[in-house]
Amino acid sequence: MTAELTLPADALANQDLANNAQLRYIASQAADSRINVELETEGMTLNIGPQHPATHGTLRIVAKLDGEQVIEAQPIMGYMHRGYEKLTEVRTYPQVTTLINRIDWVGSFANEVPFILAAEELMDVEAPPRAQWIRTALFEMGRIANIMLFLGDMAVQLGGITAVFYAFRDREFVLNQIESATGGRFHPNFNRIGGIKDDLPAGWIEETKSAMVKVREFCDEMEDLVVGNEIFQSRCRGVGVIPAELAKEYGLSGANLRGSGVDWDLRRDEPSPLAWSEIDWKVWTHPDGDSFSRYWVRLQETREASLMVEKLLDNLPAGPIMAKVPRIIKVPEGESYVQTENPLGAMGYYVVSKGELTPFRVKIRTASFSNMSITPWLLEGVYVPDIATILASLYFILGDIDR
Amino acid sequence: MSTDTTEHTETNDEVEIVETDTVREALATAFADHLGDGCIESHITPGSDLWIRVDRSSWVDAARFASGPLGMSWLDFVSAIDWMPSPFGREMEAEQDWVVHGRDERQPAEQVTGYAGGDTRFQMLLRVYSIDEHIGVTIKADLPDDDLSIDTLLPVFAGANWHEREIWEMFGITLTGHPDLRALYLPSGFEGNPMRKDYPLVARRVKPWPGIVDVEAMPAADEPAADEPAADDTTDADDTTDADDTTDAGASA
Repeated sequence: MTAELTLPADALANQDLANNAQLRYIASQAADSRINVELETEGMTLNIGPQHPATHGTLRIVAKLDGEQVIEAQPIMGYMHRGYEKLTEVRTYPQVTTLINRIDWVGSFANEVPFILAAEELMDVEAPPRAQWIRTALFEMGRIANIMLFLGDMAVQLGGITAVFYAFRDREFVLNQIESATGGRFHPNFNRIGGIKDDLPAGWIEETKSAMVKVREFCDEMEDLVVGNEIFQSRCRGVGVIPAELAKEYGLSGANLRGSGVDWDLRRDEPSPLAWSEIDWKVWTHPDGDSFSRYWVRLQETREASLMVEKLLDNLPAGPIMAKVPRIIKVPEGESYVQTENPLGAMGYYVVSKGELTPFRVKIRTASFSNMSITPWLLEGVYVPDIATILASLYFILGDIDR
Repeated sequence: MSTDTTEHTETNDEVEIVETDTVREALATAFADHLGDGCIESHITPGSDLWIRVDRSSWVDAARFASGPLGMSWLDFVSAIDWMPSPFGREMEAEQDWVVHGRDERQPAEQVTGYAGGDTRFQMLLRVYSIDEHIGVTIKADLPDDDLSIDTLLPVFAGANWHEREIWEMFGITLTGHPDLRALYLPSGFEGNPMRKDYPLVARRVKPWPGIVDVEAMPAADEPAADEPAADDTTDADDTTDADDTTDAGASA
């Protein structure tokens, strides 16, 4: 290998943008690589995956190594490509929610919402307030169920197995509530154009509030067990630093962007028929941009989401849950793009309708796809154990990449 | 066009909608001023969204203008659309359906393009967003039918890499200047471009359409017919159930 590890091409183009932490980090590793040259390490190719615990699904990463350092890493996707964009063209609008449930399967409720909103926008239909509030509450519960998995899983990928058991234990309370309201733990398929399928079952609100208390207890536990852990900190701090400007250029979103100090949340910043603007809540950011900050932001978001659910349920308006819509849904001609802040980041549906029963074209913009597209840049120059840290901290669901 | 739609909006929201509309109109004017003849058409959905259609040669320039001076530096997505009316679509039928119902010889519909118009079959889509101003724009560019290629956006957005690889494999559009055009999702050696409208969805061709709920008899109505295969009171009125039975027989054969 060459004596100095050159900066990746993208980094050179944005050199003035890259913040100091990233440059310092790469420079320190370049210094190490000089030692490697003296030792004459042989280059090798490490194949990570497709089946690997650090990948939520089947992602394969081909990493060219020099000693313990990654020279080049290429993610190889497509093991889970199901062609949803093509399939939506032969499904009626109500049938599409069944498919898109399975994009990000851990927070599926949130997947349905932007598509339904896009269709409602084209049809000029608005769901009644009660439906919007219930949607918002379930959306946030989907976020909790999704990110709780991450909070435990990130620790397990760094070798701390305990946290994941707590995560699965406490996540069950949330999933039970989602199930008792929608009928599905993972694939609720609960949204309809013009509202939601059913009203909430009796006693559900109280049960959910007590589940939310358990979520916050879990967050406190993680704060002690994981965030406060010295090994966790030393494995995560300064690892996988993403400069904010570069993050925007790659289209990163969600906690990956807020972890780089960008104060942007679609729930707050975009007008939405959902009830986010009706309650008080806070957008969490962290300036560091490393793996630790991404974990920390997600942890705060989970706690915030549990408080949001309580506020939503406290102020739930009465009234109908479905607007008047025709029995056979034909969406008028037009194009609309609706994006929401999903658990994994910004998810959007670009729906083109020609006034028929099926959409003409649906472009599904998923968060993980863009979040992962930065990995070739991010993994260049890191050590092999840091691959797991960085991939885990970016938090992707394979279905959300491959669609 | 845009003023026209504004007049139709409800009166109680009018103040707000007119305000956001001016922002988007100013953006559309900025694009037109900067690109000159390169900016062909724009469309505004008041209070919601903006579409700009640019010439193919102004594609990268438009992206650079949006990401730089206009501050829309967040890359949402790059994609493409095939405006050809599908020869299959929902009407895509399995061959066994043709045996029963006769083949539906419908003439392909006329090609209609969406907002901000279009002249050709393939159109590129670029969506960028300004995190500071909370406003986004969809930029479109027509591709001539005989030369499906366009310049890559990589010099402007490093993140366009995977999006453009997906466009290349799904639509067969060449991204000139892209250093790494290889399949993103599909296995190597895959033939065809699946997202083109004339690419048949094979799963649809081999199975009858399951989704025509409003035409299909409900399962409960089907069951007695299945119990008595040789229904003696088959009259002309039962034509539909008869046809269904034949289809089932064809499927199981």
